[in-house]
Amino acid sequence: MIRIANGQGFWGDWLEAPVRLIEQGPIDYLVLDYLAEVTMSILQKQKQADPSLGYARDFPPLIGRVSKLLRERNVKVIANAGGVNPQACAQAVRKLAPALKVAVVTGDDVFSRLDEFLAKGYPMEDLDTGRPLHEIRDLVLSANAYIGAFPLAEALETGADVIIAGRCTDTALALAPMLHRFGWGPEDWDKLAAGTIAGHIVECGAQCTGGNCQVDWETMDLTNIGYPIVEAEPDGSFSITKHKGTGGRVHSDVVKEQLLYELGDPKQYLTPDCAADFTTIRLDDTGPDRVRVSGIRGGPRPPSLKLSISYAGGWKAIGTLVYSWPQALDKARAADAIVRARIGQLGLRFEKIHTEYLGSNACHGPVAVPIEDPPEIQVRIGVRDADRQAVDRFTRELIPLVLNGPPGATGFGEGRPAAREIVAYFSTLIPREEIRTCVEVFE
Amino acid sequence: MKIALGRIAHTRSGDKGDTANIGVIAFEEGHYAILLREVTPARVKEFFGDLVEGEVARFELPNLGALNFLLHGALDGGGTVSLRLDAQGKTFGAALLRLGIEVDERELAA
Repeated sequence: MIRIANGQGFWGDWLEAPVRLIEQGPIDYLVLDYLAEVTMSILQKQKQADPSLGYARDFPPLIGRVSKLLRERNVKVIANAGGVNPQACAQAVRKLAPALKVAVVTGDDVFSRLDEFLAKGYPMEDLDTGRPLHEIRDLVLSANAYIGAFPLAEALETGADVIIAGRCTDTALALAPMLHRFGWGPEDWDKLAAGTIAGHIVECGAQCTGGNCQVDWETMDLTNIGYPIVEAEPDGSFSITKHKGTGGRVHSDVVKEQLLYELGDPKQYLTPDCAADFTTIRLDDTGPDRVRVSGIRGGPRPPSLKLSISYAGGWKAIGTLVYSWPQALDKARAADAIVRARIGQLGLRFEKIHTEYLGSNACHGPVAVPIEDPPEIQVRIGVRDADRQAVDRFTRELIPLVLNGPPGATGFGEGRPAAREIVAYFSTLIPREEIRTCVEVFE
Repeated sequence: MKIALGRIAHTRSGDKGDTANIGVIAFEEGHYAILLREVTPARVKEFFGDLVEGEVARFELPNLGALNFLLHGALDGGGTVSLRLDAQGKTFGAALLRLGIEVDERELAA
């Protein structure tokens, strides 16, 4: 049995979680997920400005902080902290933790190869909209292939203490040590599917140990919530648990919520490693804070890999004002009408203007059940357009209402909102033969 | 009698691009049949009204006593493009807890 813990569900997750996972009980592997789809474009911009950047900057200081413990407790780290510059990330880690051996997986970054792919005649159409890549080619900010667990397992073979990848799937991080330790092959579909589902359960950190869970949230200790641990067996079965004495709760209802999180067709959960079938999962509550997962079936991996491409998608700005009782909602609605009329008088046109009233309908829109005469309402007006100047001009239109609009406006302390560039997302497929990964060791 | 979905099920929601997903999970496995009958894609689409521009698809996970819904065109372009406060549909699952469903008392006791 091996223990694989997830200590980071996204870049920005709790800094103490990975440290506590190492300190508070036994684990063999610590996996950390830093990359969301839009993160890659931010990192690409940072790298363009400074060639030594472009990775998750939280990661090297974390490894510096725990480097001694990692060696003492024989814990290996696997993280997609490399972003678009995994070698620079490795060098930064080595500076802060010179005793550790670091392996880097590269080959996912295809930013410089898009024209080559287009020239070869690959369709390169967006998976959601069917839009061809050439329409946005000049706006592309980053392009990465999702790689699977096998390249990460290859990196583990080097005996490195820390494995740094770029754009691998979230699930690959947890599956990789199972491949490495149990010797599973590319056609062990059921086992690959099991490891993939284990990865899916823990990829959002504490979301499978009681975080963001509707059941029993009032009675759980969320302050000291324990992050998840997979206890994986060579036959593909596994248990989800957490360290003793930590907060939160591991129970089948919590695990079910996370299994369904961001799920598409449950019979066809596709990764570079396999097709996992979520309708074959069997859950059993086998002890306090322990759920056994078994019975998982899978199918062959798809012939293509997914490309994650980000591009400059225009501009947006969102401004807010707060109106107090009495008639807070009426005042907020009047403010919105005035802003829209003044925008019209200026001759400004936007692809979209959208208004929400926090305290009334912002989360649930038409489904929200309004309360009569609330103590306060925040009006939130957003605009989106390709024309940056128009979006900039809009940002000047809210604050004047404090003096020249309906009575009782406040909450403008942050000043006028900023126009922000939209990083839009495009995904398409590429034959997997096009992507060759490589492992590099730093010691 | 009519009850709110939240009495027999819990939910979690998230996003994939401009599509929101909502997992609906029965507290008691015996109540999965009620979910199957009452929480149809058409009812979910009707419930969310203007919030969902595209189609609603439903997938069944009887092994978990759960249904998965995909609400297409529900996030104003999704992620970074969207002007919505809840651009990732994080609170859609909570909204659905209010859905009114028709059950008889014997079914609830089962």
